[in-house]
Amino acid sequence: MIAKTKSTKIKRSVGDQIAQVLIYLVVGAFAITTVLPFIYVIAGSFATEAELTQRSFFLVPREFSLNAYKYIIKNGDVFKGLKNSLILTAVGTLVDMVLTTTFAYPLARKDFKGRTVALNMVIVTMLFSGGMIPTYLLVSGLNLLDSFAALILPGAISAFNLVIVKNFFQEIPKELEEAARIDGSNDLGIFVKIILPLSKPVIASISLFYAVGHWNDYFNAMIYITDSKKEVVQTVLRRIIFLAGGIDLNGEAIDYGNLGLPPEKAVKMAATVVATVPILLVYPFVQKYFAQGVMVGAVKG
Amino acid sequence: MGKAKQPAAIAVPKKKQSLGKYFSSHKWLYFLFVPGALYFIVFKYLPMFGIVIAFQQFSPYQGFTGSPWVGLYHFKNLFAGSDFKMLLVNTLSISVLNLVFYFPAPIILALLLNEMKSQFFKRTAQTLVYIPHFISFVIVATLTFQLFNIQDGIVNQVIQKITGHTVNILGGPQYFRGLIVGQSIWKETGYGTIIFLAALSGVDTQLYEAAKVDGAGRLRLLWHITLPAIRGTIVLMLILKVGSILNTGYEQIFLMGNDLNASKAEVFDTYVYKRGIAMGQYSYATAVGLFKSVIGMIMVLSSNWFAKKCGESGLY
Repeated sequence: MIAKTKSTKIKRSVGDQIAQVLIYLVVGAFAITTVLPFIYVIAGSFATEAELTQRSFFLVPREFSLNAYKYIIKNGDVFKGLKNSLILTAVGTLVDMVLTTTFAYPLARKDFKGRTVALNMVIVTMLFSGGMIPTYLLVSGLNLLDSFAALILPGAISAFNLVIVKNFFQEIPKELEEAARIDGSNDLGIFVKIILPLSKPVIASISLFYAVGHWNDYFNAMIYITDSKKEVVQTVLRRIIFLAGGIDLNGEAIDYGNLGLPPEKAVKMAATVVATVPILLVYPFVQKYFAQGVMVGAVKG
Repeated sequence: MGKAKQPAAIAVPKKKQSLGKYFSSHKWLYFLFVPGALYFIVFKYLPMFGIVIAFQQFSPYQGFTGSPWVGLYHFKNLFAGSDFKMLLVNTLSISVLNLVFYFPAPIILALLLNEMKSQFFKRTAQTLVYIPHFISFVIVATLTFQLFNIQDGIVNQVIQKITGHTVNILGGPQYFRGLIVGQSIWKETGYGTIIFLAALSGVDTQLYEAAKVDGAGRLRLLWHITLPAIRGTIVLMLILKVGSILNTGYEQIFLMGNDLNASKAEVFDTYVYKRGIAMGQYSYATAVGLFKSVIGMIMVLSSNWFAKKCGESGLY
C-alpha cells in the first residue's frame, strides 16, 4: 500500500499538483473564515474601548485590558445565566438520556408486543406535529411556565435520536442477552448490566447532541421563561448584545460605582466569549463522539 | 438446516402463551416502555389534538371545549390576507436559496477534503470547520452584528475603502436573504461534511486504480466513481431538505430580523410566534402552523415517493 502511494506520487502530473494547491487554498480559506470571528471577539474582549473604536479588526489587542470582564463580574447577569444553563444542560441531558434509552430498549426487542404500533407512532411524530401554539398551550396548561421543566420536558425525546439508539441496541448480539437471562437476570437487569455498558459510544454521542441543544436553546427560554432569576445564558447574551449594556432587566440603569460607565463594545465581546468558552472547552474532548454519532445514525436512517 | 434451527426454538417456548402470562414475564420491559410512551402521548400527541383550536375562536378562559367553533374562518383569513403572499414568498425564497447555495456546500467541501493528501491538514481543517455547528444562533447573530454593522464592522470598513460609502447590510431588506443563507453556510457546512465523508470512505480504492489504468482523469474519476458512491446520501439529505422547505427555523431569522428588514424577515415560523404567543391570537396562529405542517408532511412524503420511484432507498 505504501509503495503504491509512493509510485503514484512520482507519476503525479503538473495538473494534479495545481489541483492540490487549489484544494488546500479553498479549504484553508474556509477553515480560517470559520475561526477568525472567534479570534477577533476574544481579542476584542481584552482590548480597551478606545482601541475598539479606532480599529475595526484585529487579532491581537495593542493594549491589554480586563475592564470588560470586571463589568461582567460586577453585573453578575452573565454568570447567573451560565449557572442556570449549566444546571439546565446537566439535568436536561440526564432526563433526555434516561427517557430515550429506556424507551429505545423495548422498541429494539423484536419479541416486544406493541413494538410495531409504538414505532409507527414515533415515525408519525417525525412527519407531523401539533406545532408551536398547541405545545405552548399544553406547557402553560401544565403550569410549567417559568420553570426549567418547560425547557426540558417538551423536547425530552428526539425521535431521530431515539431511532439511532434503537438501531444501536438492535446490533448488540442476542446471545449476550440470552446468557444473562440464563444467569437469572430479568429484562431490567439485562438493560442495565448488558445493553447500557455496551452502548457507551452511542450514549456519548447522543448525550452530546442533547447537551448542545440545551446549552444553545434560545427560543424556548424566550417564550417560556420570564423570571429573571431563571434566565439562561443565551437570553442574557441576547439582551446584552441587542439592548444597551448598562440597563438591567427592569429597564433601570445599573450602578457600577467607581467602575464608571461600561465599555460597551468590549463588554459585548466579553459576554460572547464567556457564553462560548464552555462549549469550546469541551469540544476537543467530545469531537470523536459526535462524528461517531452522525455515522451511527447514517448507517440506518 | 432444519435441525440447526431446533435449539433456538427450544429457547423460546413455542406453545401459545396467554396474554397475561406474556405481560408478567415481560413486565420489566413494559416498565421501561411506559415513561417514553407517556412522553410521546402527552408532549407529541396531545398537541396534535390541540389543533382543534385552529377551527375555533379559542380563548384560554373558555378552554378547548367551551370555545366557539368557527370552521375554516381562520384559514380563509390567512389565504385572503395580504400576509399570506408575503410569508410564502419570503419563506420559499430563503428555502430555495438554501437549496441552491447551502445544500451543495458540504458536498463540495467533503469532496475537497477527500482529495487532500496530507492527513494533518485534513484533520486540522475538519476540527476547525466543525466548531460553528456547536455555537448558538445567538452567538452567530452576535458575531454577524459585530462584523457587519454599519458603524465599525470590518466588512463595512472594507466596502467603504473600495466604494467610498457604507452599506446597511443588517438593516437593508435586500440583504436579508443573502445574510441568512451566508450564516447557514458558515455555521453548518463543516458539520454537514461528516455524513458525506463517511460515505466517501466506503469507496473501494481499487476502483480508482483500475480507472486510472484505463486512463481516466481526475474529473472522470469524480464523475464516474466518487459521485455515484455518495448519490444515495445526497438523495437522502435532499429529501430531508425538501421536506422542511417551509421550516426556515425561528431562532436564526428571529434573531436577524429587525424593524428595517421586517418586510423580508417575516416567515411562517416567526409569524406563528408573533401572532400566537406575542399577540395571543392562538387560533389564527395555530391555523397558520397547521397549514405549514400539512404542506411539510406532503413535501416529505412526495419527495420520498419520488426518490423511491427513481430507484433510491428513501427514508421511510
